[in-house]
Amino acid sequence: MAVIRIPSPLRPYAGGKTEIPVAGETVGAALADLAGQFPDLRKHLYNESGELRPFVNVFLGSEDVRHLQGVDTPISEATQLRIIPSVAGGY
Amino acid sequence: MYDLVPAFPQTQTSRPPMLTIEHWVGNTPLVRLQRLTRHLPHSIEIHAKLEWFNAGGSIKARPALNIIRQAEANGLLHSGKTLLDATSGNMGIAYATFAAARGYRVQLCIPENASPERIKLLRALGAELVLTDPLEGSDGAIEKARELVAANPDRYFYADQYNNPNNWQAHYVSTGPEIWRQTNGHITHFVGGLGTSGTLMGTGRYLRTQKPSVQIVSLQPDLPYHGLEGLKHMPTAIVPGIYDPSLADENIGVSTEAALHITRRLAREEGLFTGISAGAAVCGALQVARELAMQGLPATIVTILPDAGYKYLSDRFWSE
Repeated sequence: MAVIRIPSPLRPYAGGKTEIPVAGETVGAALADLAGQFPDLRKHLYNESGELRPFVNVFLGSEDVRHLQGVDTPISEATQLRIIPSVAGGY
Repeated sequence: MYDLVPAFPQTQTSRPPMLTIEHWVGNTPLVRLQRLTRHLPHSIEIHAKLEWFNAGGSIKARPALNIIRQAEANGLLHSGKTLLDATSGNMGIAYATFAAARGYRVQLCIPENASPERIKLLRALGAELVLTDPLEGSDGAIEKARELVAANPDRYFYADQYNNPNNWQAHYVSTGPEIWRQTNGHITHFVGGLGTSGTLMGTGRYLRTQKPSVQIVSLQPDLPYHGLEGLKHMPTAIVPGIYDPSLADENIGVSTEAALHITRRLAREEGLFTGISAGAAVCGALQVARELAMQGLPATIVTILPDAGYKYLSDRFWSE
């Protein structure tokens, strides 16, 4: 199965796990499977229209999937996706 | 309340010519928002402090310079020591700016997914970067900095912006007094974002000493996973040692989408090309203003625009 790596701010909503195996043949299907396994993640990933929130960055390797085919980007059993948070800190 | 030595010139009202880069810290402009506040009664004003006018391009010039100066004065930073800290970018740029001018080495732990503009700028200023796992966010950078210090305590001066009182004290001696002077003491509300919390703690404490009725409003992201670079969701982050949650009268959670929307409006309707945390700050100020308008109360609200938008130009939202 493909795997999605979970950033630290989202782990409390994903059973504390850092990696979640997911089913699906596209990025969108994998994310939907993730949200199905952990419904508390849904509001962090998707807006009310069911679209990925604009600051949710999903990477396949070093590529933001927005620069590939977005949620339609095909994945394989060996794929590792990462959800990357924005950089906090500052003021 | 606090016995402090001013970190930088405080009494001048205009900047002196022909001085070092360090004299270009503080005394930043305060402007009144015009078009974003058209829906509000005239008795409610929102003023924004334009912090990109500082050397290094952000509000972080104030704490960085104060931390460096106080560390030198206390013998913690001297030739041969490397200044080390974790940073989301602006503090690092400020450290690197003043350290370059003073001849110090700087090493910074920064999440690998910081914007490319910031990483290039830090390297241009001569900083050595330790890129940390983006999945661990800014807390991962903090943990890495602690590891490095523990392994080589004699090599580093660990500036530790999250726990160093010289962070908030910089605002106590500069940002707060400037706002007090610039509003002729008429400020009623101060609205500030929380990252290290230094800006809110220092500025808020100073304003309270001048006018105990001033309302202090803190801002933070509404959810742990957010896109508000520079701000921290305190309930789920490593809480800075300098943060005192009891200082604020009110805390507002700002959504990333709302902050991005206001950031675009600041550029297109006010001519203020800012970073995203500035959009969050104005979001919060507008929310406070709306509540006061509903109560029919006058107000002079001040907020901080921490930096300009240049370092975020690669973000998608500018083209949306």
